Amino acid sequence: MTDVYVKAGLRESATFDRITINEIQRAADTGIYDIRGFGAKRRVPHFDDLLFLGASMSRYPLEGYREKCATDVTLGTRFAKRPLKLDIPVTIAGMSFGALSAQAKEALGRGASIVGTSTTTGDGGMTPEERGQSKHLVYQYLPSRYGMNPDDLRKGDAIEVVLGQGAKPGGGGMLLGQKITERVAGMRTLPVGIDQRSACRHPDWTGPDDLAIKIEELREITDWQKPIFIKIGATRTYYDVKLAVKAGADVIVLDGMQGGTAATQEVFIEHVGIPTLAAIPQAVQALQEMDMHRQVQLIVSGGIRTGADVAKAMALGADAVGIGTAALIAMGCNHPKWNQDYEAIGSAAGYYDDYHEGRCPAGISTQDPELSQRLDPVDGGRRLANYLRVLTMEAQTLARACGKSHLHNLEPEDLVALTVEAAAMARVPLAGTNWIPGQGF
Amino acid sequence: MKTIDLDHQSVRELNQGLHDQASACTEPEWLVLNPAGKHAIACGLNAKLSVDIQGHAGYYCAGMNQQASVTLHGNAGQGVAENMMSGLVRVRGNASQSAAATAHGGLLVVEGDAAARCGISMKGVDIVVGGSVGHMSAFMAQAGRLVVCGDAGETLGDSLYEARIYVKGKVASLGADCIEKPMRDEHLAELRELLNRAGIDANPSDFRRYGSARELYHFKVDNAAAY
Repeated sequence: MTDVYVKAGLRESATFDRITINEIQRAADTGIYDIRGFGAKRRVPHFDDLLFLGASMSRYPLEGYREKCATDVTLGTRFAKRPLKLDIPVTIAGMSFGALSAQAKEALGRGASIVGTSTTTGDGGMTPEERGQSKHLVYQYLPSRYGMNPDDLRKGDAIEVVLGQGAKPGGGGMLLGQKITERVAGMRTLPVGIDQRSACRHPDWTGPDDLAIKIEELREITDWQKPIFIKIGATRTYYDVKLAVKAGADVIVLDGMQGGTAATQEVFIEHVGIPTLAAIPQAVQALQEMDMHRQVQLIVSGGIRTGADVAKAMALGADAVGIGTAALIAMGCNHPKWNQDYEAIGSAAGYYDDYHEGRCPAGISTQDPELSQRLDPVDGGRRLANYLRVLTMEAQTLARACGKSHLHNLEPEDLVALTVEAAAMARVPLAGTNWIPGQGF
Repeated sequence: MKTIDLDHQSVRELNQGLHDQASACTEPEWLVLNPAGKHAIACGLNAKLSVDIQGHAGYYCAGMNQQASVTLHGNAGQGVAENMMSGLVRVRGNASQSAAATAHGGLLVVEGDAAARCGISMKGVDIVVGGSVGHMSAFMAQAGRLVVCGDAGETLGDSLYEARIYVKGKVASLGADCIEKPMRDEHLAELRELLNRAGIDANPSDFRRYGSARELYHFKVDNAAAY
């Protein structure tokens, strides 16, 4: 169709392209901003803009199938009596029951447990399905405190204090009425069917000094057993990381702007926060200046899709990564087998992002009992475990090629950038040069 | 009675001792001396204990309380009884901001005044304040009852869900979606019961009731100005 118009001499505006025109007309029709799930869809500098320098004369590689490249990671070594020991450095990010079906939460737990990594609760509390199937479960402590109770706090293997997320730093959660079923409403102490507006600030502390006292309380309540994570959306990352470390964090969870969400305003997703690639070096610099790099662990999320992304994030200084959107895709989100159903609701496989509507054909981002049944938690868990294994093996492949016997031994010196922007953000040289923009010649 | 002097022992020792009672309650009565504004005193309790704190406490005193009865003979810092699930917390003096924030159950009694955001995001707790409360009290309050025997500051009950608020004195202003509602017999009865449990002498007929207009429960273009 486009070719027909182009051949006819019609020219599309770069400023007012068809997506922009459609949004203006949608806004005029409805009078309300667009709400959707998923993450940022705009192109930003990312891990694709980096390349590894494999071993050569000056480095020797490890044998791909014979020499060990370890993948284990321990999170929370700073203060917690019981740090979290994971077999692989790819964790499952926080996603709520409510946003996701109980089957999806169970599948996340099953998949993560098979490969020895952790999964994370979300806004709305902990479900028995999730706890029962998760060997390592991180309990999120969010501004809304929906479903938050000390019994579940003690059941968690770590506590993640959420200050923000990459998709919407500065914004609270949102769960529209279609998904506030009786069970979800009961867990959150809300009326059934309302459009839930989560708070964006914690109700009983403000600022880093208060946060230090809040962390002290959480440690006291759990008898100093649990690692305390602090999750931030990537914005003023250098300063936020320093303040989080000063407040007493064991682990920093850094979520870049490509990180996913179950629901928020499109304008928020696309226009707030900085790319993951730009955030990691800021966080690492902050940690290094405080002599806390590797003492306070760094988990990076937001746009992790492949083992190459895992390896590159770790080479830049992350101790582990987190995945959310990719985990859902692995379980069947946006799968072509549901294309007819996607088209019936005005979307298509590969484009679906209306998680907030609760009509997910794959049975993942829904509370509809019939749709939820489409996801078999055992099968979903197996698919997720397969995917996590692939991520890990891909990362090991790259690490061995760089001569590393542990993923943690990857370093910025193993990387170059394909673009000036990526070089400046990641603070690695432009390929074929010694030039890191912003650091002189 | 077990006595802990925080001039000589740590908050950690106190809390560990109190937490150990959850598995076998061998010391039901505790006396805490010289709290001196320390934070996180007697938080995370989960046993039928009676804890008397002689003095002022810092942040999060009796936080996440379950079952225990905690009495603070002084003023409380920020977030007293935050996220309480059950039991009783009594503050003989005044309470700082965010008292009983997000609490799910139990009863918080503040015999003096409570500062801003008293009962913020409360989820089922009952709160009785002998004096006045500060601004933004009961903000996004979801369930439970807040009783104010004095005055209420600005934007009381903003974005309220299903919590009920009773105020005896003046209300500086109501927040979005919070309205005055008629006092019916069942409300007088529940208020009388709450005042009795709190040990506060006041006439339920002197109070006004406030609750949610439920107009903001769904996103509507017409409500844009309210957000």
